[in-house]
Amino acid sequence: MNNMVVLPMVIPILTGILLVFFRRYVRIQRWLSMCSIVITICISIFLLHHIQSAGILRLDFGGWKPPFGILFVADSFAILLVTTTLMVTAVCLLYAFHSVDAKLEQLFLYPFVFFMIAGVNGAFLTGDLFNLYVCFEVMLLASYILAAIGGTKKQLKESIKYIAINVLSSWLLLVAIAYLYGTLGTLNMAHLSVRIADVGQTPLLTVISILFLIVFSLKAGLVLYFWLPGTYSALPTAIAALFGALLTKVGIYSLFRIFTLLFYHEPMITHTIMGVMAGLTLIAGSIGALAYKDLRQIISFNVVIAVGFILVGLAVSTPEAMEGSIYYLVHDMIVKALLYLIGGTVISLTGTARIDRMSGLIGNYPLLGWLFFIVMLSLAGIPPLSGFIGKVLIGKGAIDTGHYLLTALAIISSIFVLYSLLRVFLHSFWGETIISIEDETPLKKGWIIPCVLLTAGTVGLGLGTEFLSPYVRDAAHTLMNPHVYIEAILDGNSP
Amino acid sequence: METLIIILAGILVMIATYLFLSKNLIRVILGSAIFSHAAHLLIITMGGLKTGSVPIVGEKPIAYTDALPQALILTSIVIGFAVTALFLVLAYRTYRKVGSDQLDGLRGVRDE
Repeated sequence: MNNMVVLPMVIPILTGILLVFFRRYVRIQRWLSMCSIVITICISIFLLHHIQSAGILRLDFGGWKPPFGILFVADSFAILLVTTTLMVTAVCLLYAFHSVDAKLEQLFLYPFVFFMIAGVNGAFLTGDLFNLYVCFEVMLLASYILAAIGGTKKQLKESIKYIAINVLSSWLLLVAIAYLYGTLGTLNMAHLSVRIADVGQTPLLTVISILFLIVFSLKAGLVLYFWLPGTYSALPTAIAALFGALLTKVGIYSLFRIFTLLFYHEPMITHTIMGVMAGLTLIAGSIGALAYKDLRQIISFNVVIAVGFILVGLAVSTPEAMEGSIYYLVHDMIVKALLYLIGGTVISLTGTARIDRMSGLIGNYPLLGWLFFIVMLSLAGIPPLSGFIGKVLIGKGAIDTGHYLLTALAIISSIFVLYSLLRVFLHSFWGETIISIEDETPLKKGWIIPCVLLTAGTVGLGLGTEFLSPYVRDAAHTLMNPHVYIEAILDGNSP
Repeated sequence: METLIIILAGILVMIATYLFLSKNLIRVILGSAIFSHAAHLLIITMGGLKTGSVPIVGEKPIAYTDALPQALILTSIVIGFAVTALFLVLAYRTYRKVGSDQLDGLRGVRDE
């Protein structure tokens, strides 16, 4: 039973290896990848249900008991994110089938997507700090290649910067792990948590925790987001959607794990710094989203704003805000993928990324226009859609603890999100049409169906909040009470 | 001994940071390689440099050195190799395509 925990990582790896052999047979590649991802989604949904009754699952590799071996831990938070990751990937693959050049498909595009997914899922599930580093590298190496695949001038220029910044942040992660091992002598997260609680969080440990904060901020784009908009706007649409939906979220997940499980003793220092960083991210992201006329840049800065917003929940750290952050994390993965897909579709329909060079698209493509409208409302947090509940809970948590400035920034940033996307909507969808009916590019079914699926996802998530709430509550409960996690791992025999 | 190695690691970090901030792409890659050397030295030092036998069970000494940091370093060296190899190839491709190995030439394209 517990062995199933490893499947969300192992199935993508095996699929990726298998796909390498079918390089020239694009049709087989597509069918294989779709089948394997659907199977993995079913497994992860089953796991999500199973955790509700059986509690946190763990898998000790090789039968070594926890502090000594590597292990995978599946709590509601991790599995919720794994499930969302896989669903978003399935939709992005569907979009990729119809939008990516046949040449790229034969250049191992799908194997690398699967290797990246394996890394992402591994990072969500692991219970060991060094294993987290390795999973990050699995994810990043695949993403370097996906960033440069095709080899256009713009992609090459941007991927050089992307690799450089990630090499640096991986190095910092390694240094932080070295310091932590030198101080506490273990790498298992639950065991680390016990040892930190034993010795108390000394200033030395707080410094190490800030090092971790810097590392994962670089990965997630919290304040240190300068590499993000350029890189993400150079990518092909389907890949940009995957990056925007998944990669920063792994950094956010790691921040949540580290600061709820390990370093939760000195919130006055660490969580205050985090709050300041989240506030700065919100401001900078909002300015960036308004400053550009390039559709891709606007979307990329919206990713940055969302990172700041989710981290407000962690900085506040009440059970309610935590729940809000989890809702918002799931919502944001779906909606950012959708936003990139719609943006990419608009760009390939009009042939330009500048919003002042297009207008009146809604006359030609009404469905696409209204989908964009729904996404816009969902991102801004209008009630029936999925962004609402997360924003309310985070806002409530921030007000309850007296973080008024952060609350104000979070709410105002929502208005900026709405404004930046409304500007896109007014410029490109409203107004005189620039494309006559005769020479409009037909909207492919393969482009619009993934968008419809994800829109259904965001509407369903908004209406079905009741359905999702037991899982989210359980996830927040585990995050707020580290002893639940520790007892599940160490069985009470902590050495 | 630990102090000495840590100072050495610090010097490596200094050199690597300097290289990382230079304008030449190859220097940046060299910087990243030196960064990883520094991290590996740091990990082995953090495990403690107390004298002990090599961690092979066949020997019969009083104490072994800590085997865990060595495994960590081995893993991270391999990862570092892979990343550096990819980085070098990508730099070569970029040089061929853009025609410059100066980072000034790699400025982003604004609004197309």
